Amino acid sequence: MIGYGFLYAVAGAMFAAFALLSAADRGNPRRWGNAGFYALISLSFIAGDRLGDLGNGVLVLGLVAIAGTGLMGRGAGPTTSAAQRRAEASRRGDRLFLPALVIPVVALLGSLPFLPPFKQSALGHAAAALVDPKQATLVALTCGVLLALAIGYAWLRPRLATPFAEGLRLMDGVGWAAILPQMLASLGAVFLLAQVGDVVGGIARLAIPDGSLIAAVAVYALGMAAFTMVMGNAFAAFPVMFAGVGMPILVRHYHGDPAVIAAIGMLAGFCGTLITPMAANFNLVPAALLDLKDKSAVIRAQIPTALPLLAANILLLYLLGFR
Amino acid sequence: MLVLLGIAVIVIGFVLRLNPLLVIAASALVTGWASGHAPLEILAAFGKAFNTNRFVTLIYIVLPVIGLLERHGLQERARALIASIRGATVGRLLILYLLFRQLTAAIGLTSIAGPAQSVRPLVAPMAVAAAEKQGEPEGGDRIAALAAATDNVGLFFGEDIFLAIGSILLMKGVLETYGIAVQPLDLSLWAIPTAIAAFLIHGFRLWRLDRALARR
Repeated sequence: MIGYGFLYAVAGAMFAAFALLSAADRGNPRRWGNAGFYALISLSFIAGDRLGDLGNGVLVLGLVAIAGTGLMGRGAGPTTSAAQRRAEASRRGDRLFLPALVIPVVALLGSLPFLPPFKQSALGHAAAALVDPKQATLVALTCGVLLALAIGYAWLRPRLATPFAEGLRLMDGVGWAAILPQMLASLGAVFLLAQVGDVVGGIARLAIPDGSLIAAVAVYALGMAAFTMVMGNAFAAFPVMFAGVGMPILVRHYHGDPAVIAAIGMLAGFCGTLITPMAANFNLVPAALLDLKDKSAVIRAQIPTALPLLAANILLLYLLGFR
Repeated sequence: MLVLLGIAVIVIGFVLRLNPLLVIAASALVTGWASGHAPLEILAAFGKAFNTNRFVTLIYIVLPVIGLLERHGLQERARALIASIRGATVGRLLILYLLFRQLTAAIGLTSIAGPAQSVRPLVAPMAVAAAEKQGEPEGGDRIAALAAATDNVGLFFGEDIFLAIGSILLMKGVLETYGIAVQPLDLSLWAIPTAIAAFLIHGFRLWRLDRALARR
């Protein structure tokens, strides 16, 4: 049965390649920091299930120690020049989009046998015997990546290590922020253990009048946006508000559709991301890149979109979540 | 109420601009302490959650493919595609960019555009030039800021339609802790109504900008 084991082996191998290439990257003054960081992520993917809970905790401390003490830099692996790229772009034309499109197309096609109406067919049963249905999309996505990579090797004829060196260039640009979502998800688990969601949810529930579904929906969506503004990221707000209001009130009490409550709730949180300086990478970094005199100019440009959209999300939750 | 200290740590950490990973680790420890859990217990809980949430970080397996294609001119080709779209008012330009950003993000191509890759070298200068032709005074911030805002709106309300973006996987993980199994496709389909609303609201603002500039 193909499932997480396959996915994590692929990811682990890729991060191992990143670690090796980082260690060899003399253009990066902090190459050992990068190499160590990617090696730990690789270890997590390959052997995470054998490390034990405490072992994984220590692994996280290692990642935090490397990132938190500024031991990571950006590599300077050689790549093509802007002129070479322009020449290749006009020579190869729109076919360049094809390998990139293979990934989402395979991910979508590979997911179809697991969905109605195909789920009940012979195709669906065969697919379910081969692949863990719970990981169907991720397995299909990974197959799409491997296929696109094979096409890239066959068509563009790079050296074996070149795609990974180019991938590392992008990875170094993301840097420690790569594991920020996973870290925030884990913080959410600690908040769950400490019942922070109950406290926040208890405060939020005080604002809900008895028996009013629209008020409950509004408190959930507004709470998601407000908590996102504080945390700077909807990823951190989601587990808390879902545990505090979404699950106990909207799903259990009012029998809402969990997929709708989750999906649109997250998007209500994104409206909060648009109007908070805490989301520095989206709101402050572009202002700096564009040399704007007012560092909050991007946030001010986003407020007139974010507020009506938040209202629209409340309406959509109310109309679609409780059919 | 003491457990809210963990949230305070996050806020203070961000205000002091400390490394967010460090701040998150500190917040976890403080939250654990405030709720009466031993540090090792919290470390184990954090490690366990980190291990079960590995799929959130899985998406980076696309980087070698994207990097290889960029090496052979993918970004240049994408830029040429946008640049070939003529008929330039600032509103139309940014509406088209909004659509482009939403559609490409919806099929997972979140990093082919962004503040550094596309807004600064391409979209903001084009938008500013178009607006000035329409009578916008020179030297202001608002058109460039609007270009950056359009990029964010397009990204945020396009990416959740893609099956394997981090936020979809996070929701899947959280729902699983309640014993609710959902497919990423269930979640991503429900991102479409909001994506349409975002396009209508932001697009309406951009259309009104063209009208306001025409009245000058």
